[in-house]
Amino acid sequence: MTDFLWLVVLLPLVGAAVNLIFGKRIGEPFAGWLGFVVVASSFVIAAIPAYDVIAGTAEPVTVHLFSWIPVLGVEAEILWDPLSVLLTLIVTGVGSLIHLYSIGYMHGDERFPRFFAYLNLFIASMLILVLAANYAVMFVGWELVGLSSYLLISFWFTKPEAAAAGKKAFVVNRIGDWGFLIAMMLIFAAFGTFDFHTIFATAEGVLSVGMATAITLLLFVAAAGKSAQIPLYVWLPDAMEGPTPVSALIHAATMVTAGVFMMARSAVLFEMAPVSGAVVATVGVLTALLAAVIAVAQTDIKRVLAYSTISQLGYMVLAVGVGAYSAGVFHLTTHAFFKALLFLGAGSVIHAMANEQSMLKMGGLRKVLPVTFATMGVAWLAISGIFPFSGFWSKDEILAATFAKGGAWLLLYGLGLLVAILTAFYMTRLFVLTFLGGRRWDEGVHPHESPASMTIPLVILAVFSFGFGFVNTPMRLGFEHFLEPAFHGVPHPDALDDSVIWTLAIVALVSAVVGIALAWRRYNRDELPAENTGWWSSAMAGFHVDEWYGRLFVLPGKRGAELAGQMDAKGIDGVAHGIARGVREAGTALQPVQSGKVRGYAGLLAAAGVVLIVAIVVIGGGF
Amino acid sequence: MPLLSILIAIPFLGALIVALLPKKRPELVLPVGLGVSIAPLAVAVWLTAEFAVGDPSFQFGELFVISDVFGVSWRLGVDGISLFMVGLTALLFPIAIAASRSVTDRAKTYMALMLILEGAVFGVFLALDLLVFFAFFEIVLIPMYLLIRIWGSGNRVYASIKFVLFTAVGSAFLLAGIIALGILAGDTAGSLSAFDLPNVLAVELSETTQLWLFLAFGIAFAIKIPLFPFHTWLPDAHTEAPTAGSVILAGVLLKLGTYGLLRFNLTLFPDAAVDLAPYIAALGVVGIVYGAAAAIVQPDIKRLVAYSSVSHMGFIVLGTFAFTTQALQGSVFTMISHGLTTGALFLLIGMIYDRTHTRAIADYGGLAKVMPVYAGIFLFSAFASAGLPGLSGFIGEFTVLIGSYMTLPVLAIVAGSGVILAAIYLLWAYERMFMGPVNSKIEGLKDLGFRELAIMIPLIVLILGLGVYPKPVMERIEPSVNVILDRIESATEFDVPEYGREPAPTIEIDHSDDGHSDEEGDH
Repeated sequence: MTDFLWLVVLLPLVGAAVNLIFGKRIGEPFAGWLGFVVVASSFVIAAIPAYDVIAGTAEPVTVHLFSWIPVLGVEAEILWDPLSVLLTLIVTGVGSLIHLYSIGYMHGDERFPRFFAYLNLFIASMLILVLAANYAVMFVGWELVGLSSYLLISFWFTKPEAAAAGKKAFVVNRIGDWGFLIAMMLIFAAFGTFDFHTIFATAEGVLSVGMATAITLLLFVAAAGKSAQIPLYVWLPDAMEGPTPVSALIHAATMVTAGVFMMARSAVLFEMAPVSGAVVATVGVLTALLAAVIAVAQTDIKRVLAYSTISQLGYMVLAVGVGAYSAGVFHLTTHAFFKALLFLGAGSVIHAMANEQSMLKMGGLRKVLPVTFATMGVAWLAISGIFPFSGFWSKDEILAATFAKGGAWLLLYGLGLLVAILTAFYMTRLFVLTFLGGRRWDEGVHPHESPASMTIPLVILAVFSFGFGFVNTPMRLGFEHFLEPAFHGVPHPDALDDSVIWTLAIVALVSAVVGIALAWRRYNRDELPAENTGWWSSAMAGFHVDEWYGRLFVLPGKRGAELAGQMDAKGIDGVAHGIARGVREAGTALQPVQSGKVRGYAGLLAAAGVVLIVAIVVIGGGF
Repeated sequence: MPLLSILIAIPFLGALIVALLPKKRPELVLPVGLGVSIAPLAVAVWLTAEFAVGDPSFQFGELFVISDVFGVSWRLGVDGISLFMVGLTALLFPIAIAASRSVTDRAKTYMALMLILEGAVFGVFLALDLLVFFAFFEIVLIPMYLLIRIWGSGNRVYASIKFVLFTAVGSAFLLAGIIALGILAGDTAGSLSAFDLPNVLAVELSETTQLWLFLAFGIAFAIKIPLFPFHTWLPDAHTEAPTAGSVILAGVLLKLGTYGLLRFNLTLFPDAAVDLAPYIAALGVVGIVYGAAAAIVQPDIKRLVAYSSVSHMGFIVLGTFAFTTQALQGSVFTMISHGLTTGALFLLIGMIYDRTHTRAIADYGGLAKVMPVYAGIFLFSAFASAGLPGLSGFIGEFTVLIGSYMTLPVLAIVAGSGVILAAIYLLWAYERMFMGPVNSKIEGLKDLGFRELAIMIPLIVLILGLGVYPKPVMERIEPSVNVILDRIESATEFDVPEYGREPAPTIEIDHSDDGHSDEEGDH
């Protein structure tokens, strides 16, 4: 049944091409339905062979398509194993729901068909990334999702902020891509191939620990760009300039998790490099903490979610760092559901509030937007880590795996727990400010529940946000067993006693409840606390990291580029002009007739040439 | 049939025909010129199809001895490298000519010069006799000089003279080198001198002689490429040249330099090449970073693209001197791809210049709203130039980087930063010109018409096609660059690293749990 997998990638590509070229003629809403149908078809075509993999009756296979760059041994191949199956289903599944949602959300936009062309292009790119059987093809997807992200962030390009945000996202990601490129240089020099299976099967014999550390750290640089980790996270909050379905699909559920996916794919290499693991885990937990702190102070509903995404990605990165790859992927999956739901819910709110994004001007939306309220409530509890919602299970697993490593790792565990409290706090803040309490709406705003094309995806995502955690509980590690073939040869993380596991779960649950309770008391009242001074305004501005980067990197970079530009005009050309002047004077001395410069030069050159010929022949003849 | 001679002759004859066209019928010039320039394209396509894949020797060879005494021959031939240089030339000339409709002043002269230029370029890529090569190399200079001088914009006199002087200085060195080498080769061949490639290759040169000759040839090619710090003629020439001139200059003429390095410097003077490789490659990498940095701050979009050429040519030089099959193939591929992408960008800039008569980035803004199709094609070309995977630019530069790391690791890593800089200069320019609120100066501009689309579509198709399926090109290049590597390995003590010759075999996924895997090649 894997014979048709190429269609999974090709269909969205065709959808993108058709909407790009004929979109104007197809028009609204059919362009949107076309976009939805191709992605949904991809889901179905992938789901059929996926069933065998999930049932455990099919082995991982590679499907050969064509030879891409023969001299580098790069084949266009699909790797169909549990990890790629899972991601394919998330991308096409959540992707279809978001396409459906967008038909309602983008209603009336003058570039409606173009939006779906880009969205389809993104799906195809993301599928290339997750289905790749080697690093080179993965890099193709890696860059193409960057392209679609650029196109979609700056979709409303006449707005200068949107235009700048798209460029920023692409450029910051390219800094990470440099790391990816260098990692691939090292990999090819060591292995002579980019093929995953060959690399992972022979890594033990080929790589020294030092080389493995170098490669994995470079891969982590790439991951830090795509998955928005310190120090490269700064593009993600700005990316909220894109339409909200884009934020849900690309900047929450799928693309930003590509870094985590890529590192999980490279688990064999990370296992060989304990130093890299420590670096990855530390950066992950610090990112989680920093972003959670910033999220607490945001007033724009989408920016809360953006920082929340960075923070949750930090958890996944932590999981990779401690070697709990399946836990990381598990959280990636549950996060895809509840964060997509949160963004789509926020989009529904923004849609209803006539594009108002400030939570200070919301409140009391519970009655007006009942479906949005109820579904977002599920997502709120899921991300906060309340039993038995999905986020509880996946987050707990990461924290437990960190705890299990003992020693200095306990510090990371402690920070992770602190992030859990903060997460519950800022999400409760968001939920209360938006849906509960009194109405703080601007005049003339008449909120209304969104159309069915928008609420149906919310409901479906809510079901998964609630229940998906049950696939992997300490009692039955179904998800982990499912992923096992993808982590062939990777040791299991240290196991804990059942009593410890349950204790940790209870500690995590208590932290979540504490966070919720603190926020509930602070915000569920008529008089909101003033949060615009001192610490709050500093956190609100993301601790001015963007300004610091501007001063430390962008400005000196610009100066350097200007210097290069001036050096040409004054330095190098100055020398050339000087020589020219000298020759001209010599030329006019030799040739008083004003016969033009060119002949003067020619004469001089001829003379010089003869000297050179004689010199070389004399030297050459005398060997 | 002397196919290659015919290929060279067609444009020259065409120039004659154009010159003889009646003065009263200026409207005939463009169609006749276009018709003439399409004939070589047909020949080039036929050559590519008939080219024997896997055969490293020169194909479609022709030989006619011009002078026994001086050892000069009309020897032509095509290998996997020149095949695509000829193809690129044959493709870009009709496109550049089709894009010359706005040239009405002295149109006949213009067209005749374009065709002479085309014929001369074919000569350079096909000649296998040093003296004939040099003759064509020089003929190229004259029409290009006149094209800039007569049909250029604002600062055209300065730009054209600068172009001629830089190139002429290089040519003087090249001629001196060729004559010296010819005299030395004459000793071996038993004539006064010898310029025929087989005879020249047979000469044994001391390391010192190689070094001097390498520098004499190298400086000419370095100026042509242009290699940092000989590049300052390029931004002026590219910017002031008429659209077709810029397309040909960037697309084809710069490759004369890199082609010369590959064809002559590497094979004729392998010892010197190996000794100097790290330094020249380093200059290439300086060019990558420097050209890109300078591009960022250019206020003129055409000048920006010109500086980006300095950057891209740096990749080609790096790959040429890394001496692995990947790096060399990547270099040749980048030559092709750069011709397509930069050609596309210059054509696009010409189209907007025809409408607004300004190239200043600051004069635009929100163009994507006014001319959406134009904007889409521009962005496509920009990303192709910035090395986006799936498009042709990526294949070449990626292969160069991976291939160069094996012998020049530090340089390859630094060169990799070019991907960041390229994104900055192209996307920042795109942001300022195409995004943001619509600048009132450009309101109401007409989007691309049918003729303009027809000019762009072949380039778009090739950029995409070569990016997705580069194999037909790569497999024709491979044997020819391996000949160069063989020569370097046999003549010097240099050894190509293990995977620098071919990739490792891959291991198939093995389902049995006993841990054994079948090793199997992937070819």
